[in-house]
Amino acid sequence: MSEELLNLTLHVWRQDGPNASGRFETYQAKEITTHMSFLEMLDVVNEELIENGKLPIAFDHDCREGICGTCGMVINGVAHGPQKLTTTCQLHMRQFNNGDEIWLEPWRASGFPVLKDLVVDRTALDRIIQAGGYISIRTGSAPEANEMPIAKAIADHAMDAAECIGCGACVAACPNASASLFTAAKISHLSLLPQGQAERQDRARQMVAQMDAEGFGGCTNHGECEEACPKGVSLRWIARMNRELVRSMVKADTPIESRKR
Amino acid sequence: MQRALTLQQTTIGKKVIMALSGLIIVGFTIGHFLGNLNLYLGPEAMDGYAEKLQSLPPLVWGTRLVLLFALGAHISSALSLWARNRQARGSRYQKRKDLATDYAARTMYWSGPILLLFIIYHLLHFTILPAHPGEVYRNVVEGFQDPLIASVYIVGNVALGFHIFHGIYSAFQTLGANHPRYNSYRRDAAIAISAAITIGNLSFPIAVLAGIVTL
Amino acid sequence: MELRSNEPTGPIENRWDKHKEANKLVAPANRRKYTVIVVGSGLAGGAAAASLGEMGYNVKCFCYQDSPRRAHSIAAQGGINAAKNYQNDGDSIYRLFYDTVKGGDFRSRESNVYRLAELSVQIIDQAVAQGVPFAREYGGLLGNRSFGGAQVSRTFYARGQTGQQLLLGAYQALSRQIEAGTVEMFSRTEMLDVIIHDGRARGIVTRCMKSGKVSPHIADMVVLCTGGYGNVFYLSTNAKGCNCTAVWRAHRHGAAFANPCYTQIHPTCIPQAGTYQSKLTLMSESLRNDGRVWVPRRKEDVTKRPEDIPEAERYYYLEERYPAFGNLVPRDVASRNALYVTNDGLGVGPEVDGERRGVYLDFGDAIGRLGEQTIRERYGNLFDMYERITGDSPYKTPMRIYPATHYTMGGLWVDYNLQTTIPGLFAGGEANFSDHGANRLGASALMQGLADGYFVLPFTVGNYLGEVRTLPPLTEDHADVIGAVEAVEERVQKLMNAPDPKHAPEYFHRKLGRIIWTKCGMSRNKEGLEEALREIPKLRDQFWREVKITGSGEELNQTLERAGRVADFFELGELMCLDALKREESCGGHFREEYEENGEALRDDERFSYVAAWEWTGNPGEPRLNQEPLTFEYVKPTKRSYK
Repeated sequence: MSEELLNLTLHVWRQDGPNASGRFETYQAKEITTHMSFLEMLDVVNEELIENGKLPIAFDHDCREGICGTCGMVINGVAHGPQKLTTTCQLHMRQFNNGDEIWLEPWRASGFPVLKDLVVDRTALDRIIQAGGYISIRTGSAPEANEMPIAKAIADHAMDAAECIGCGACVAACPNASASLFTAAKISHLSLLPQGQAERQDRARQMVAQMDAEGFGGCTNHGECEEACPKGVSLRWIARMNRELVRSMVKADTPIESRKR
Repeated sequence: MQRALTLQQTTIGKKVIMALSGLIIVGFTIGHFLGNLNLYLGPEAMDGYAEKLQSLPPLVWGTRLVLLFALGAHISSALSLWARNRQARGSRYQKRKDLATDYAARTMYWSGPILLLFIIYHLLHFTILPAHPGEVYRNVVEGFQDPLIASVYIVGNVALGFHIFHGIYSAFQTLGANHPRYNSYRRDAAIAISAAITIGNLSFPIAVLAGIVTL
Repeated sequence: MELRSNEPTGPIENRWDKHKEANKLVAPANRRKYTVIVVGSGLAGGAAAASLGEMGYNVKCFCYQDSPRRAHSIAAQGGINAAKNYQNDGDSIYRLFYDTVKGGDFRSRESNVYRLAELSVQIIDQAVAQGVPFAREYGGLLGNRSFGGAQVSRTFYARGQTGQQLLLGAYQALSRQIEAGTVEMFSRTEMLDVIIHDGRARGIVTRCMKSGKVSPHIADMVVLCTGGYGNVFYLSTNAKGCNCTAVWRAHRHGAAFANPCYTQIHPTCIPQAGTYQSKLTLMSESLRNDGRVWVPRRKEDVTKRPEDIPEAERYYYLEERYPAFGNLVPRDVASRNALYVTNDGLGVGPEVDGERRGVYLDFGDAIGRLGEQTIRERYGNLFDMYERITGDSPYKTPMRIYPATHYTMGGLWVDYNLQTTIPGLFAGGEANFSDHGANRLGASALMQGLADGYFVLPFTVGNYLGEVRTLPPLTEDHADVIGAVEAVEERVQKLMNAPDPKHAPEYFHRKLGRIIWTKCGMSRNKEGLEEALREIPKLRDQFWREVKITGSGEELNQTLERAGRVADFFELGELMCLDALKREESCGGHFREEYEENGEALRDDERFSYVAAWEWTGNPGEPRLNQEPLTFEYVKPTKRSYK
């Protein structure tokens, strides 16, 4: 519980808008206590910038408890920064030392255009879910919940895959800016459960096709995504997605675009 | 962009193609290495083995066609993914730290082209423009006695080792073989196969340079 | 203002069915002719937008986040109640209804609460069918736990992420409708006003948070599911972006605001570590099952390391004051006692603004009794989270905890149909006041959000549209629309161009939060509330004079977004204090120091058995109070006692 004061040098990516060219700017963060969260450190820098009549650093954040998936920046070359299994908002300054230089960059991917500074547009991930990341069940028409027993191990697996918070760190960390881990987590979550079987094949094809259409890269099995993932979503789901896709393509009896909704 | 319609149009499909074609090539490489062990049995064995193969044109040409097709598929998928992956990043990171990527994985885009050049050289050297047609043993030993040529083979085979290490490991993942209980074997298998082929292949030029295998 | 609850009458178990039977319907082919705006994409908004889209209405859904999946419903940890009685422990719809009315300290509407209990069963079916991976038993059936002191195990959960999984279920249903084209989604879009035409809500004015563009959206009706106003305290467990702007704008157009003083304080949060702190993090209440709460007996010991304080010098104040319940007293009792001991100078942890606000939650005994492994299995995730934030390991040293604002029971006044006092303007989820009375039971927030979104709003929206049939056409060039857009643009300009800009909006928000937290927080009194009512208008004037926003309004400008929200919190904060002052009794989350008996809240059913629905008069300091009397036919008011 000891408290220390840090003086830090920040090199921050500043970009005025989606079409503007960006640049790094350097700021000093003075007398930062080690109990602050990383984003609180940025709040302090920003408040000073505003009071001095300058533009604060734009960054995305919301719940600040590591679950909403809004925050995220690349800190010294690592998505969400140096602490494993930790989102940017849950990173605390005790992970840094006095005098450190910190480089802050946005998620860089063609699928995530920069909106401003460290804020990127991740709606591509929403569109991947829209392509089939759901079970089609009409409100009010669900059968009694306990009618279909699901083995505990299967339910636990599905939950492992469902832990994804959609922050996009996997894309940011991947050398190819691939959204495989994100897409695979949802395909796996739903394909594991009996409720997800009816749409299983269509789902895999549609979601993968959308993932590609968004301009994300392909998976080259480096494993950077798994390391960067704040929720520990496993690479095994990518292997599962690959199986699901091949199976659905081999078995497909309807052309992919002709699906009726 | 339009959503993809067929397996090979997807990034995953392309990787599946790379994995399958890669496995075919690795399979051939193993056979190729085992055949080359004849080198240690002397000129008669080696040349006899070559003659025996040549006497079976359907096998030779069948293998060549399959390999050519596999290599073509492997390379075209690789190029297509490479172009796509470069584009997917957009702007580059000023700072970037790899957390999981090993040397082999990081250098795939280098070891691949090096291997291609090596294969072309290797084919020209022994198959298309051999110094002494029909005398396989002599061609090999004479060739490897030249340190420059031997070093080309050494570099080529080191590249091969790294490439197939990541390739084999990666193929398991691409083809969907990932289960926590067996995952450690994936890596072990990749290390074992790539190490056996590389060390075995490297032993030929080294044995010649060291004077263990002579004319 | 006339408050008509539109409750059905008759036996309580038939009321919702009877009401539905009498509902007006819109034929499937006609539904696409109606446009429904849903603001907010959390459990209530997301579920409502998905369900309405699926029924065939033309839905436009708005959220300020970059994706509808990020609404703060996602942060709920514990679980969701449902009267399934899977555990065979005597649970029933009636018992859940009874517990909820009692838990709300007899300040909610019986008909609404009964409907909530009734629908709880369907919610679980719906969520399971969507693929929500609830915890299961080895036999493959759904698991339950007892939560928040309930005497039955009726809580369904998905690890510590129940809110996340339920929200993703609703988000996926919404995504399906977006793909199908029935819902048009507007993310990073903030609602800044309601468009009223001919006495009805006919649309909203929004600001695109990417471009700064202010635009009108016209519809046949508007549904607000924009969450609670806990961030009025500045520090709360809410997300940083949670705000009251949508409901407050509606209030200013005539929607009554009910029971603003009912706010829930959660006792087990990580204490503030410094003045810069931006939010507080909740730790599951389950920790109190094994942790013992204490502070040093002597003021001199508060700076000592807890390990160095001998057993006899530790004051286990909950165990001493409430021998029967000990550390498991209800949320409000645990919270207030933490306030009192720290008021006495016994608080521990770092000094913030000259005060130590923290008490120990000690697992030493539990680790000694059960072993570290058992404790790790039970609370491993929470301990890790605590260590990540504070740098201390609860395995080695006691946790420090302190109460924080968690949920707001007050909200827009709605009738049984969830319609506000503005025709065509509906409110669901935490944004309305309806089901929790003066206090909310644990694991009931998710239940209410989803009940409103999946099962109530889809019926009542149809009923409204079926009743009004065709509304007069309204176009963007109508004076009502132009006026609303201009008012929003003017307000943006006013914020951007304060006469004497000095401080960022955060500066004022912190000050406002401090006033409300100390004077209208866990424990309130007349003097403090009157003081707050003098201070808030002054600070508000200072805000409008000195707020400093750099950049322009025509771009992504997070400072401007923040400023607009803070401006509305000022007015809502004042109303909260007024409501707390007016309610001369203690009930649920509202505790007035003058109205207690041996430390227990003293309700005054004679004078205050009503919903306080405040009406905007144009002056934030002088709202008009309307009362909706509450009657209890089934659950007769009784007194709580935890001694």
